[in-house]
Amino acid sequence: MPGGITLQATGTGRPAFEALKDTYKGVLKISLLLALTYLIAHGLSSVLPAADYRALPVMGNRVAVWIFAQLHLMFGAFVLGVPIFALITEIVGVATREQRYDELAREFTKLLAMAYTVTAVLGCVLLVLLVTLYPKLTGYLSQNFKPTWILYVVLIFGEVVLAYLYWTTWDGTQGARKKWHLLLGLLVNLWGTAILFVADIWVTFMMSPAGIDDAGNVTNLWQAVNNHTWMPINVHRLLANVAFGGAIAAAYAAVRFLNARTAEERARFDWMGYVGSFIAIAAFLPLPFAGYWLGREIYQFSQQMGVSMMGGSFAWLWILQAFLIGSLFFAANFYLWLGMGRIPGAERYTRYQVAMMLVLTLGFVVWATPRSIIATGVEMAAMGGSHHPFLGLFGVMAAKNTAVNLMILTTFLSFMLYRRANRVPLVTWASAGKIVQGLVIAVASGVVLFYGVYSYYVTSMVRIGFSVYQVLAVLVAMAVFVAVDIPMLRGARQIGAIRWGEIPARAQYALFFMAITFTWLMGLMGYIRSGIRQYWHIYGRIADESAHAFTMTHGHATLIVSGIVIVFFLLVSVVFALAARHEDRPEAA
Amino acid sequence: MMLRLTFWLALALYGAVYAALRLAIHPPIPASVLTIYMLLTAIAILVFVSADERRFTQFIAPLAAVFEGRAPRAARIAVLAVIPLAAAWATYVRVAPSADAPFELRVIHPEPPSSLSVHGRRVEIAGLQNPLRAKGSELDKPIREGKTIYYQNCFFCHGDALAGDGHFAQAFRPIPANFRDVGTISMLQESYVFWRVATGGAGLPKSATPWNSAMPVWQDFLTEEEIWKAILYIYAGSGSTPRTWDDEVKHDKH
Repeated sequence: MPGGITLQATGTGRPAFEALKDTYKGVLKISLLLALTYLIAHGLSSVLPAADYRALPVMGNRVAVWIFAQLHLMFGAFVLGVPIFALITEIVGVATREQRYDELAREFTKLLAMAYTVTAVLGCVLLVLLVTLYPKLTGYLSQNFKPTWILYVVLIFGEVVLAYLYWTTWDGTQGARKKWHLLLGLLVNLWGTAILFVADIWVTFMMSPAGIDDAGNVTNLWQAVNNHTWMPINVHRLLANVAFGGAIAAAYAAVRFLNARTAEERARFDWMGYVGSFIAIAAFLPLPFAGYWLGREIYQFSQQMGVSMMGGSFAWLWILQAFLIGSLFFAANFYLWLGMGRIPGAERYTRYQVAMMLVLTLGFVVWATPRSIIATGVEMAAMGGSHHPFLGLFGVMAAKNTAVNLMILTTFLSFMLYRRANRVPLVTWASAGKIVQGLVIAVASGVVLFYGVYSYYVTSMVRIGFSVYQVLAVLVAMAVFVAVDIPMLRGARQIGAIRWGEIPARAQYALFFMAITFTWLMGLMGYIRSGIRQYWHIYGRIADESAHAFTMTHGHATLIVSGIVIVFFLLVSVVFALAARHEDRPEAA
Repeated sequence: MMLRLTFWLALALYGAVYAALRLAIHPPIPASVLTIYMLLTAIAILVFVSADERRFTQFIAPLAAVFEGRAPRAARIAVLAVIPLAAAWATYVRVAPSADAPFELRVIHPEPPSSLSVHGRRVEIAGLQNPLRAKGSELDKPIREGKTIYYQNCFFCHGDALAGDGHFAQAFRPIPANFRDVGTISMLQESYVFWRVATGGAGLPKSATPWNSAMPVWQDFLTEEEIWKAILYIYAGSGSTPRTWDDEVKHDKH
């Protein structure tokens, strides 16, 4: 323990000894689970006849591994996303001196013990399936990446200890000791991030192998680790975890809001939903940039894989992705605008919603326009091919990047209007500040549009460079806007207090929709990322020679993804229900 | 006043968008894309009207009046008649027999193989570059020669302006590629174009079904160098450049 911390009471109000006992129990639980996994996997491998692949009846090898890998990943994202969410809200609580933020962070942290257990069980089942059904591949990975496996196990134990301590020392480190608790929260998150980075090594090596010789042996472990897609996936998943954690928290709040019996409860869960959605959307905004970086790296590593993903057999799944992402933008703005209905003074900004909706809709239309259009023979003859001469312009990345940047800027603007809805700045330079803010948004939009149009007249390499300018323009505009906004609204006159709890019920469905959409997106994009390897375990090096090496139809694949999402939410509901039951018990805090 | 008309304005907007998409864009938008656009329009209108309590109340007021029995009798009868008629019309449109060819979901840019056979020699796609361009030598002469090759072999289908509109173009489904389209060769590396030219329609992978491309297998008629020259010309002639990556490029981490 860092010096200075004295465990006085635990998160459940018990003495320090009990806190350490809980941590010990957690470590013991994980140890037993891992030992059991080893025994089962080893036992099955010894009993079953030796083979490169073994068949799982009914469900099949691939689908079984897919389901458990995806569920494990989703719960992994949950247990990594929730501590990030908790730490952010805890820090906000310290900064604003508002106790309710601390309580919110604490409420979600208590879910961790149960969620870790579910994650670990799913991971252990996945490991047994891999070792038993894909012995050749598992043997290859464990042989070549042994140090990373050891590191992974060490990190898991460290994370369990830190997370338990983070929860059990919550009450004992209030007041002057709060900084130590924040440090503990930071360590939990750093440790969790390290786990994510290590797990990404194996996944990304399978996609973009590096540091290996012609026989497929790893000759340089660091090169194998630091392969083309490792860091882009690390960053993409880290941001996605924050968004995911926030979205799940918001969905939980939405359910509680809809079931609330008193005005106080409604107010509490309305506020909780807002905080969750705020963190989710804030992390969601830079996600397309991170995704674009990952896509670029995939394309750069292998033209074949890049074309499969964006223009080939997986291209139509991107239209589904476009619908989901566009819907997320709609839902985020819908929620904010409805939320403004409970803020006195917000009616001043309602008139901007027409223009913002127009930008969002046009952006969505561009985003969802397919490059290769499904058309009848007559339609194709009229178009002169499967590319429409006008709409075809919307099908390429130049248009889609422009659209998504403008949608991000619009959603950011919604946030900012929400933030100032009930406040009137009193600083003398308020008018000048608003002009500067208007100008930066206008200039950023101009830059995005200019480079979007100019992209059609330059080479692909230059065009990819333009997307960086577009992103930078949006990021700079957001930074300048916020930098002006904070001092401008300091000491502002309040028109009235936010009437928490007086938001229409349909806003809560938007929160629920966002959580489901995030989860669905994770499943869908995970399938695309994994599917573009096609019949390779290790892309271009070790072929998948099992009976399941074929690429399945989109309909079949999306049904499996949807099924996984349903199972995930059922499991999460169980975790939340058990946590709520614990909360209702008299001894609970 | 405007707020009271929310429902009717929403309806009029939906109709106006439909009319604009149907009438103002030529060639006509294919039904599949029109469906996407109209679905998005409907969602956008519903999101907008329901994102504000006053708008939402006004939007549902006429509907509530009809379904709660407060609207005039004629209006209620009209609505109740329109609902089954609309359903019947939609069903008819869906099942009515048509002489039109069925929808065709064709992958335009299928993924290239990792290697291909050219004149019996195995050529790896990864790292493959146009040898004429790679030499860094003067390109005018090979482009001129490529132009001759193009006019002797490709021009008849891909056209004088390289716009996929040659004399024979309309005889094919799919029609030949338009090299001036930003979504064709300018999005692709030269190695990809080499693969498509050398192996033609017969070399399309499984994912590019249906295999109805009429592109000949040009390696049966041209040498490897002639193919590269023709490729140089189609880029130069259409004013486009091949997709390239920066210097860090791909397999340096291997």
